[in-house]
Amino acid sequence: MRRRSGAPEQPIISVKDIHKSFGAVEVLKGVSLEIAKGEVACIIGPSGAGKSTILRCINGLVPIDSGSIRVAQFQVEKLKADRDIIALRKEVSIVFQQYNLYPHKTALANVMMAPLYVLKEDPKEVEARAIELLAKVRLQEKAQSYPGELSGGQQQRVAIARALAMRPEIILFDEVTAALDPETVKEVLLTIRELAEEGMTCLLVTHEMGFAREVADYMYFTDGGVIVEQGPPAEFFARPQHERTRAFLSQIL
Amino acid sequence: MSASPRRARSAGWPLGPRPLPIGTDLPVLLPHAAALARRVAHERGLGNSLARLQARHGWFLFVALLCAVGYAQAQAPAGHPPIVATIWKWTPLLAKGFAFNIAISALAMAVGTLLGTFLGLAQISRAAPVRGTSWFATHFFRNAPWLVLLFYCMFLLPFKITVFGVTVPLPDWVKATFGLSLPVMANVSEIVRGAVQSIPTGQWESAASFAFTRRQTLWMIILPQCVKRMLPPWMNLYSILTVGTVLASVVGVSEVMTLAGDILASENRAELLMPFYFYILVWFFLYCYPIARWTVYLERKYAVNF
Repeated sequence: MRRRSGAPEQPIISVKDIHKSFGAVEVLKGVSLEIAKGEVACIIGPSGAGKSTILRCINGLVPIDSGSIRVAQFQVEKLKADRDIIALRKEVSIVFQQYNLYPHKTALANVMMAPLYVLKEDPKEVEARAIELLAKVRLQEKAQSYPGELSGGQQQRVAIARALAMRPEIILFDEVTAALDPETVKEVLLTIRELAEEGMTCLLVTHEMGFAREVADYMYFTDGGVIVEQGPPAEFFARPQHERTRAFLSQIL
Repeated sequence: MSASPRRARSAGWPLGPRPLPIGTDLPVLLPHAAALARRVAHERGLGNSLARLQARHGWFLFVALLCAVGYAQAQAPAGHPPIVATIWKWTPLLAKGFAFNIAISALAMAVGTLLGTFLGLAQISRAAPVRGTSWFATHFFRNAPWLVLLFYCMFLLPFKITVFGVTVPLPDWVKATFGLSLPVMANVSEIVRGAVQSIPTGQWESAASFAFTRRQTLWMIILPQCVKRMLPPWMNLYSILTVGTVLASVVGVSEVMTLAGDILASENRAELLMPFYFYILVWFFLYCYPIARWTVYLERKYAVNF
């Protein structure tokens, strides 16, 4: 599965030269990346480099100004009708840094909501699968707890279960451990690693370099709205080519 | 305040302003966070005057009533029945009038809440004309003097409406109720808008990422979270409205103030004036105080910290 360098033959995500400005601030200045099915790719970089924005562009949460994004069979920037955007988002789930669980619903209801009301699946089936997914993230005993009663790490695992409930092809992780304390980071990373090992296509924005090195098939380093450097993790971490990458890695590692 | 929601929306994030200073994971939004935090603080403090009602205010009123009664008794010419007996004699009639005040307030609140909810949701509509119109209506009725609105309703509404041959009479109290429901509507509209916009943008975002439609997001995810936040300011608004129902006396509805005036006129005893009005004030306090305490309790219970 691990690619040595260059582009995968049949990318499931293909981002080409995307630009995005928020007001006067140009956040993305021509970003291109490709990810194959079943691959785990990590994006690292300093704050404000546009990492989170890339993820949000990929599932259409943020419309791009120019460039093209292809995800599975969808040409993301051309999707206009709600129906098409919904079809895309069924394939691509996202897990947020702030969890963004629905605080008025129990953990189980959080996991069940989207399959129930968006996919309109059978309630009994959905519940059975939701319980299974909570067991998968080792939270079956917390099914009836509200998000406010759970720790950060537990909330984040519920969020992962919620993302999985849509049976997506791809999961995007947006700095999912950034708001957690070091102890709970482990349990969340363990869950992500299990997913990666099962062959789920994952795109992670992370500051966990050790984790990225272990789990990633491919690394991207972004700064100032462009991808500065990319490559398989072994080379990327051992022999970074660009001065900027070296400076960043030396500060973090 | 009027223009700030739109400005904030266009500034960075397409899904609406992010009202919370911390927890923004997009660095481009950080400069806006402080301004938005100030707005949240403003909106949380939306109309909090009556929620500050305390027990000692009630005692103060009670003592003032006693003093007024004592003073009036001392002034009363010989041969007049005692002040307390006179007040007691008229209490059933005043109670009737007061019940009418409560009825008007409840009805105006119900109508105002219903209309205001729709107006508030229209304020966050994605269609600019809808948003603009409802914004204008909200601020027009919120800032117009209540008495002026009341007079307008009294004199501009017909005394009966004929629809398909059925004639529905519109007595004064119905018009007054409608007139009072207009400012309620405008205030509820702001409460709804404020509550919806105080929900972290992350909730909209995550709902959108799970392919919920905007309508589903609003009704299943956002509004259920708003109810708790809306309850305290809504109850506070009700207290203000209850006190405001006495305005209906100016346009001739026979509520407690009108009746008090009639009673004083028929008794024709100058010394009764002060005790009677203090007596009515105590009634209003007794009705509003529990609501105020409950509001404070709910505010503490639902205080949201992100």
